[in-house]
Amino acid sequence: MTMPAGEVCERDADGTVTRPGPTSTGDLFFTFNRLALQGFGGVLAVAQRELVERKGWLSREEFVEMLALSQVLPGPNVVNLGLMLGDRFFGVKGALAAVAGMLAVPLVIVLVLTAAYAEFSRVAAVSGALRGMGAVAAGLIIATAIRLMTTLGSNRLGPPLATAFAFFTFVTIVWLRWPLLWVVAGLGTTAVAIAYARTP
Amino acid sequence: MSALVHPALSGADLLGLFGHFLVLSLLAIGGAITTAPDMHRYVVAEHHWISDAQFSASIAIAQAAPGPNVLFVAVIGWNVAGPVGALATMAGTMLPSTALTLIATRWGQRRRDTRFVRAFKTGLTPLTIGLLVATGWLLARPYVDLSARGVGAIVLIGVSIALMLRTRVSPMWLVGLGAVVGALGWA
Repeated sequence: MTMPAGEVCERDADGTVTRPGPTSTGDLFFTFNRLALQGFGGVLAVAQRELVERKGWLSREEFVEMLALSQVLPGPNVVNLGLMLGDRFFGVKGALAAVAGMLAVPLVIVLVLTAAYAEFSRVAAVSGALRGMGAVAAGLIIATAIRLMTTLGSNRLGPPLATAFAFFTFVTIVWLRWPLLWVVAGLGTTAVAIAYARTP
Repeated sequence: MSALVHPALSGADLLGLFGHFLVLSLLAIGGAITTAPDMHRYVVAEHHWISDAQFSASIAIAQAAPGPNVLFVAVIGWNVAGPVGALATMAGTMLPSTALTLIATRWGQRRRDTRFVRAFKTGLTPLTIGLLVATGWLLARPYVDLSARGVGAIVLIGVSIALMLRTRVSPMWLVGLGAVVGALGWA
């Protein structure tokens, strides 16, 4: 398995890749707290950078797989991702530590901002700043998607078919406005069936 | 505690609010934001607890603030009924999906080498990437038009993408840049 440049990982003498992991539930709590506090406009872009590129707890492939599962399971995606990652290393305690780290401080901040915004929403600079931050948040999500597109190349469906499924997902959601449930039931089932046939 | 409750909301209303978000939690495939239209129907159209503008501002504030976007649920609850409302909507949203995710993860982890689980992940990964692009697109669209500010927003989005891909700068600084550019009225 080749590692994209810049990822943190080590190789044993026999060539297998070993990855660092969180040292404790406290490490999980503070890592997720730190990435949540940097996550203006959503946490996903920061989570990818921190967990894959900086900490090396997951490879890009593992990150996309976990993200795929967090998206098909109900609930907030990054919260589900935190639950899975925490559970993988420290069981239920780890899962709860990751999610508590991600939510506790940001929850207080957002409620304080809510109270403040009621006072200042008529100031043009304040609503303008909110607009600018929203535009950047959109750019961050798109950049994360572009970076994760490299995993389509190693998908067992083959790059052309994997790319086609990604493209049709985009089209059905954005232009055809299908409910997500239909997309997952239709395209998802087809993709999984083809993958099943091609999996040894 | 009763002093904290919004005057219009009885205990039964709060229980109804909690129950509604409990059900939506299990329908939130693809993220909590996908159930926003139904939350709108419940708290704005059906019960008139908050206005349309308050609902939109709730989502915008949660996106601008640090932390997961799911916190917009807490902001809606806060606007409906103060701290108790935030507790009702947040607990309702988090409990069912958290329990289900933990159960499903462990089930999948025990069977991770089986043909089905491997095919399941392989098949769904391309959909994930398509969904991410779609989310970025839908978030960007309200800011993009051919007015001077719309063009400014397009440049801002393009610069954010380029800096994210080409440098290791923290996204936090990019959002700060967006706040300054927006406050100056350029985007």
